Amino acid sequence: MKVAREHYRSVKDLPADEIIAPGSPLCAGCGALTTLRLFHKVLGGNAVVVNAAGCMTLMATYPFTPLRSSWLYTTMASPSAGAQGLRDALDILMESGRLPKDENLNVLVLAGDGSTLDMGLSSTSGAIHRGLDFWYLCYDNEAYGNTGFQASSASPLNSHTATSPLGTPWVKKDIFEIWRSHRPPYVATISAHDAVDLAEKVERARPLRGAKLFVALATCPPGWGFEPAMGDDLAKLAVETGIWPLKEAVEGSIRHTFIPERRRPVEAYLEPQRRYRHLFQPERRPEAIAAIQEAVDRYWDATIASERP
Amino acid sequence: MTTTMLTGNASAAWGARLAEARYVPAFPITPQTEIIESLAGWFADGSMSGRFVTLDSEHSMMTAAGAAAAAGVRTFAATSSQGLLYAMEVLYTVAGWRVPFVLVNVSRGLSAPITLGPDHNDVLAARDSGFVQLHAETCQEVLDSVLMAYRIAEDDRVSAPVLVNLDGFFLSFTREPVELPDPEEVRRFLPSPEARPLGFTASRPAARGVAVLEGPTYSYFRYQLHLAVEQARAVHDEAAEEFERRFGRRYGAIDGYRLDDAETVLIMAGSFATKGRAAVDRWRSKGRRVGLLRLRMIRPWPAADLAAALSGRKAVAVLDQNLAPGLGGILFQEVAAVLAQCPGHPPVLRSFVGGLGGKEISRGEFDHLLNITEHARPDEGPVGPVLLMTAREAEQVGQRLRIAGHVPEEVVS
Repeated sequence: MKVAREHYRSVKDLPADEIIAPGSPLCAGCGALTTLRLFHKVLGGNAVVVNAAGCMTLMATYPFTPLRSSWLYTTMASPSAGAQGLRDALDILMESGRLPKDENLNVLVLAGDGSTLDMGLSSTSGAIHRGLDFWYLCYDNEAYGNTGFQASSASPLNSHTATSPLGTPWVKKDIFEIWRSHRPPYVATISAHDAVDLAEKVERARPLRGAKLFVALATCPPGWGFEPAMGDDLAKLAVETGIWPLKEAVEGSIRHTFIPERRRPVEAYLEPQRRYRHLFQPERRPEAIAAIQEAVDRYWDATIASERP
Repeated sequence: MTTTMLTGNASAAWGARLAEARYVPAFPITPQTEIIESLAGWFADGSMSGRFVTLDSEHSMMTAAGAAAAAGVRTFAATSSQGLLYAMEVLYTVAGWRVPFVLVNVSRGLSAPITLGPDHNDVLAARDSGFVQLHAETCQEVLDSVLMAYRIAEDDRVSAPVLVNLDGFFLSFTREPVELPDPEEVRRFLPSPEARPLGFTASRPAARGVAVLEGPTYSYFRYQLHLAVEQARAVHDEAAEEFERRFGRRYGAIDGYRLDDAETVLIMAGSFATKGRAAVDRWRSKGRRVGLLRLRMIRPWPAADLAAALSGRKAVAVLDQNLAPGLGGILFQEVAAVLAQCPGHPPVLRSFVGGLGGKEISRGEFDHLLNITEHARPDEGPVGPVLLMTAREAEQVGQRLRIAGHVPEEVVS
């Protein structure tokens, strides 16, 4: 079940203009880049991207940048503080008449899950708490991807990373709920697989003043271990198995924008990825797979009970 | 121009107010707090315009400061000790962005053990960050240095952040008579805060802090920063000259006291140099030819001034209020490096460490230092730093150790 569309009926309705030019040093099939491309074209080019150390930092390497928007690389732990300084500065400049209103910029933090869920959480928590008017896009590839795929607190249960060779023993941190507990005006999960849902969410957030926070599941061919061409298949499976719920919270109240009616078993999503191979080879580990399935089922049972009339 | 009684902290805040800083990201830490409390009040009552924002840490505060300065807004920030170190990564980052703003550091000893009294390990940890560094001795100098710091930072030849240091407690909380410069005169001394070029606009997108993955290009940008900070030497002197013309007070990169015919020179930095001046006066009254040289500018390192001031002397003693474990005094190393290349360098150079964590430097310690230096032989080879402490202080420490049960009674007595 999908929610009714308000702004875009199909992908064809999305703006044709590209803010990101083709050609960058990122990996083939990078899900984060596709997400940013879609997100940015809907948001528009009048933006300054405040970046935290991560895969996307390599998008702009001197003297090249694929972006038509502005860019400020900060540090891994403080992109939201950089957003604070920029938003405040732009407001001060407009108030004093030095910056005409049509020269104003959206401030967009671009950070991976390592920065977002771990090191940079304090700076983002502060920015939301202060009511900072900014956009935040977390590309969640579920590990420290840029350094070779080590475990982060976004790494899901039983997934293999370079620092969890037996599979992570922890449950993925729920950044959507951590953010939502701060009562920002807008929080959403998005997926590059559902571009219309993504675009709708950007539009719904646009009129709101304050923190507008998005976390995207970013498929990662080298880290997850799959062929780059399969990226969208996996993004689709993540949504259809119910592993990656698509939802939003406006002023704290949640609704799911897609409820998978007949969820596919999580195995369909896990098995094609090298990071879950140890759950299937050399022998199948049904209890480990079941633990993942049970968590997904529990989530959706509660969701359907609360959101279905 | 009016004269009023101000603490060092209030002087720093007045510097930011008179410079018409438009943005102050803040995070409190003892003993810096009075600075940001004063500024918060002035933004609230309309004495200052723009924004005052409390951040979630010094790391965030320094990032916000650099980002706002990059956007073209005159920015001020202040911290201390652990806060400066917590922000250390960002000091290097914003210096690399080449953004001009002023940071005041109120010196305080570093943990562990945690303490509140001042020494210079905090500020000297930032000496290689790319910030220009000025160290003040008096409350008046704090205020004046903040004004001069904006001139230096915003000069196109420099375009780098400037740190102004004052000692916690001894200066931060000591009230001294301070002349408040006339705001109109300050407006003539400083460029307008509205004159900064805008960093990011819709019609002129820009990228800053972009990754550089080849060594030669990275080296180029680092060399550029070095050359820019070196330019601050000449820019400081130009600013000092105009400052004197407008306000009647003159500051040098180094500050000499009774140096003219001095055979022995004591080198210090910060507010404890006032104690050094008193020692010099005592020694002079007994006919000993001693002078004091206070290091005001630590970055860029005023090598030429030091060489000129020290060549031909008989002996130099550096009293460091900091300690690099396993090495000794930090500034001693930098002075020694200058003198090693200097013709007619003093044959005797000795290193002393004192005043850590706000420990007093007593008359006895100054006398001890002078006696060692005057009796040192040029051919005695490298000698380690003398760690200063009086017998009475050692006894006090012994008492603490006994109470804590760390030392048997007989060993300490």
